[in-house]
Amino acid sequence: MSVLESKIPNGPLADKWTKHKNEINLVNPANKRNIDIIVVGTGLAGASASATLAELGYNVKTFCFQDSPRRAHSIAAQGGINAAKNYQGDGDSDYRLFYDTVKGGDYRSREANVYRLAEVSSNIIDQCVAQGVPFAREYGGLLDNRSFGGVLVSRTFYAKGQTGQQLLLGAYSAMNRQINRGKIQSHTRHEMMDLVLVDGKARGIIARNLVTGEIERHAAHAVVLASGGYGNVFFLSTNAMGSNVTAAWRAHRKGAYFANPCFTQIHPTCIPVSGDLQAKLTLMSESLRNDGRIWVPAKKEDAEAIRTGKLKPTDLKEEDRDYYLERRYPAFGNLVPRDVASRAAKERCDAGYGVNKTGQAVYLDFASAIERYGKEKAFSSGKKDATHEEIIKLGKEVVEAKYGNLFDMYEKITDQNPYETPMMIFPAVHYTMGGLWVDYNLMTTIPGCYAAGEANFSDHGANRLGASALMQGLADGYFVLPYTIGDYLADDIRTGPISTDSKEFEEAENAVNRQIEKLMNAKGDQPVDHFHRKLGLIMWNKCGMSRNEKELKEAIEEIRTLREDFYKNVRVTGKPDSKNQELEKAMRVADFLELGELFAKDALQRNESCGGHFREEYQTEEGEALRDDENFRYVAAWEYKGEPKDAVLHKEQLEYENIELKTRSYK
Amino acid sequence: MGGIKTSIARKVAMALSGLFLVLFLLQHFTINFTSVVSPDTFNEISHFMGTNFLVQAILQPILIFGVIFHFVMGFILEAKNRSARSVKYGVFKGNANSSWLSRNMLISGAVVLAFLGLHFYDFWVHEMQVKYLEGDLSGLNQAGEFRYYEETVAKFAGQPIRVGLYVLAFVFLMMHLLHGFASSFQTMGVNNKYSPAIKKFTKAFAIVIPLGFVFIAIFHFINN
Amino acid sequence: MKLNLKVWRQENKDAKGKFENYTIDEIHGDMSFLEMMDVLNNELVEKGIEPVEFDHDCREGICGMCSMQINGEPHGPDRRITTCQLHMRKFKNGDTITIEPFRANAFPVVKDLTVDRSAFDRIQQAGGYISVNTSGNTQDANSLPIEKESADMAFNAATCIGCGACVAACKNASAMLFTSAKVSQYALLPQGKVEATERVLNMVDQMDKEGFGNCTNTGACEIECPKGISLENIARLNREYLAASLKG
Repeated sequence: MSVLESKIPNGPLADKWTKHKNEINLVNPANKRNIDIIVVGTGLAGASASATLAELGYNVKTFCFQDSPRRAHSIAAQGGINAAKNYQGDGDSDYRLFYDTVKGGDYRSREANVYRLAEVSSNIIDQCVAQGVPFAREYGGLLDNRSFGGVLVSRTFYAKGQTGQQLLLGAYSAMNRQINRGKIQSHTRHEMMDLVLVDGKARGIIARNLVTGEIERHAAHAVVLASGGYGNVFFLSTNAMGSNVTAAWRAHRKGAYFANPCFTQIHPTCIPVSGDLQAKLTLMSESLRNDGRIWVPAKKEDAEAIRTGKLKPTDLKEEDRDYYLERRYPAFGNLVPRDVASRAAKERCDAGYGVNKTGQAVYLDFASAIERYGKEKAFSSGKKDATHEEIIKLGKEVVEAKYGNLFDMYEKITDQNPYETPMMIFPAVHYTMGGLWVDYNLMTTIPGCYAAGEANFSDHGANRLGASALMQGLADGYFVLPYTIGDYLADDIRTGPISTDSKEFEEAENAVNRQIEKLMNAKGDQPVDHFHRKLGLIMWNKCGMSRNEKELKEAIEEIRTLREDFYKNVRVTGKPDSKNQELEKAMRVADFLELGELFAKDALQRNESCGGHFREEYQTEEGEALRDDENFRYVAAWEYKGEPKDAVLHKEQLEYENIELKTRSYK
Repeated sequence: MGGIKTSIARKVAMALSGLFLVLFLLQHFTINFTSVVSPDTFNEISHFMGTNFLVQAILQPILIFGVIFHFVMGFILEAKNRSARSVKYGVFKGNANSSWLSRNMLISGAVVLAFLGLHFYDFWVHEMQVKYLEGDLSGLNQAGEFRYYEETVAKFAGQPIRVGLYVLAFVFLMMHLLHGFASSFQTMGVNNKYSPAIKKFTKAFAIVIPLGFVFIAIFHFINN
Repeated sequence: MKLNLKVWRQENKDAKGKFENYTIDEIHGDMSFLEMMDVLNNELVEKGIEPVEFDHDCREGICGMCSMQINGEPHGPDRRITTCQLHMRKFKNGDTITIEPFRANAFPVVKDLTVDRSAFDRIQQAGGYISVNTSGNTQDANSLPIEKESADMAFNAATCIGCGACVAACKNASAMLFTSAKVSQYALLPQGKVEATERVLNMVDQMDKEGFGNCTNTGACEIECPKGISLENIARLNREYLAASLKG
């Protein structure tokens, strides 16, 4: 039997969660008062989990590296949150959301988890509205919906282009309520440095106070990691600058298996890279694809002329444009899932049709949307014989009302007016589907250590659909983890307070101090960013949107060499016992340098193409992904054994009882 | 002022006392203006105001209290505001985001306050002296006519420095009102569809009334 | 372009700080202000000098982490943006740029340009929430229609990113715009009305305790707010506060 026990309850799919909730152990309210839980990360998953756990009666300690829980990177999610409310009456249901998510994930996620996600999705909306989250509404006062990539219904709830912000502030407010009640102790500007195991169970963490540099011991009966994804292994990504893998990686080193690290989402609509010194990529909401049409010049000579500035995109006649998504995928057109859209953009650019100076961009054009909306508006406002100029003017107003803030953002960054000339976009790393392996209860392979939100691998398979990350973060935090954790903690009611004086805590603290010393004493001359950038380039070029055996093997070697180089030649300025951003970065990059290698190793073993993982050797004649369900219908969970090269692969076979495995087609 | 402790309560008290003073200003202006139109009317109203029990025993103390309250509270708030940032900026570009007027109510207020001192000395102290210390409540001069008009005119006629100070003070009062009058509505929570109109009205008031006082002073300076 | 930077350096909250001058070259207009700071910092590290500490995270104008007073204005000369969205094309070759931390006694300096804005968290903790349990067993989201106009106004107030530019810009270091944004969001929604009285009293009380100055309606906060939070919210806060005080 596999060591990976997923603990999926028996019974029909739709009843599993209810049945499970009925059967698991509970902790009575009086005993909850004697139990401490640590939550690392205060994004949607962490903030919602800590609020609910505190509300249930547990003593919660939260940790975040930002200066306030409200700043976690969930805040940057723009588009929306899915829920199977079927308010639009377009045939949506829990099953359809479940089906779309499994299909969108290219059949590499766990059925039971995804169904549970779809099942609780409606509660999230109810909950958030009750908390005062100001979702967009229609004139009748009811909630508005929009559609997102990869689905055929409108189930996305949104708050302009700031849905993540509003949901996180909702969760943060729930946290604040518990902080005010004294049930949550919030530790900001703290970074988790290690997980502490006592008798094989997660019993606390070692954290570094980022202001004083102090290394602190914190004990608890269980530890929840909600520390987000590891997209920054690519250096350039849409993640926040501080987003890191350290918490998850340290847990991995202590025995938590790391699942599907190679499943990374490259988001198709980001603002293209402008220079070598760029530090961060900016996402433009996927909602833009509802109205924008994506194209490149149909002729190579036109593309070249545009790149050198001799030709403007607006000069190109309709027949000289290649709306490649509409051409290749007539059914979904510009609304194909993210992985498909990204790969198609890369294919065109690699073939020499890319625009921008670098040739690494495609157009996202609102001209026809402006005209269409203008005509509608002119018609509905009684101007039957409006001139072309009037129509364009009206159309621009409609587009501004829908996407104004995004257009402004684009103009601020690129200095180009997207109402007049098409936007330029290019894919960028955005989200990581992989993460710590968890069972149905969201517990990792370390007893008492849980992972929620993007930090776990669970629900999105090999590709995540738009507006599903927020859904998963809040589902895990509000509605799943607070109940499943009780099953484990029920055995801990007699344990009493956990001491931080044990040798386990001491050893963990010493190890952290040793690493800090090692980094501070490396007598190199290169800043940390130098290594991070180099790692990012290797990852992007060899483990990015398409991968092959040869390059993955090269990547593994190069990352290993870079890691050695890092410890020899890095220079960390300042002191360890004060605020020190260089040291913070160095410790994060050290972990990325290990994860990167495991990432490549994972991509190398997966001899198939699925979702965000595209292996050039495995594609159809038309260039579509070729999945291998017979041999790779499993979750790859890696066990740490020292060096990443020695990591041991464990497979969790995925069973599909309620859904038929099909070739994913959006044609 | 011990009872008004929170920042908003203090601000509201500031706004209310300010609005009260604006009302007083309007009334004062109306009476003064009659001195331009009809000296007799001016004399009659002045005599009524100067001898009416209600005005003298109740309204006058309230007014004095209002003035003192407004400036003491102004200083308290200013002191608190300054202490909220003890390390100052190396560069502070206030003009980029706010008007000089709005940032310097203390200066315009202090000038107006200084003027009030002079004004009290000129008129009020004299009135108190005549009416209550000397006990002459008749309001008549030695010729048996009302003394108010001629006394008022005498303050301006042939007195360029005093007129100059008077004009200067009202320019500062204008500056004070240009921000303060509209601001008091915001502080009391008025911000609705009438706000643009209120803003226009307060601006007009802030300009017209002080200019009116200036006009009266110059009128008497030139004509006498 | 070549730039002269005057940057505030301060070891920790108790140390005395001072301006240091740095010259930086080969800055392009397409770079963001923080990328310019990255270049400066990498140069400093290569010289073995401790780099300038500054707060930043999402770099897309939403987390509210970046601060910095740039040439006397929070988030620099451009409008409706945060420092991370400020681009170098707003500056000219040879310019001298003064970079300071946000200054207010309620925002003590942590190091260099980094300040401690936890006062904002405490204001929120005092009442910036609706006391509803997170069980999910509330009424259906659509059972209570909300007028679109109110919902939109609540949203506009709720877009505050808590960066503290309002405090930094205010000559009085007042936190009224920040506090009013949260109070307004809930005051405009039926869900928030239940606890409105207590909320506004507690939040204003906490705001005062933190040592922020008073609002004198200069309007600087609204102009400098990256999200354009309106002064209307301050009026609403005043109104809510008065009503709550009278209720008692």
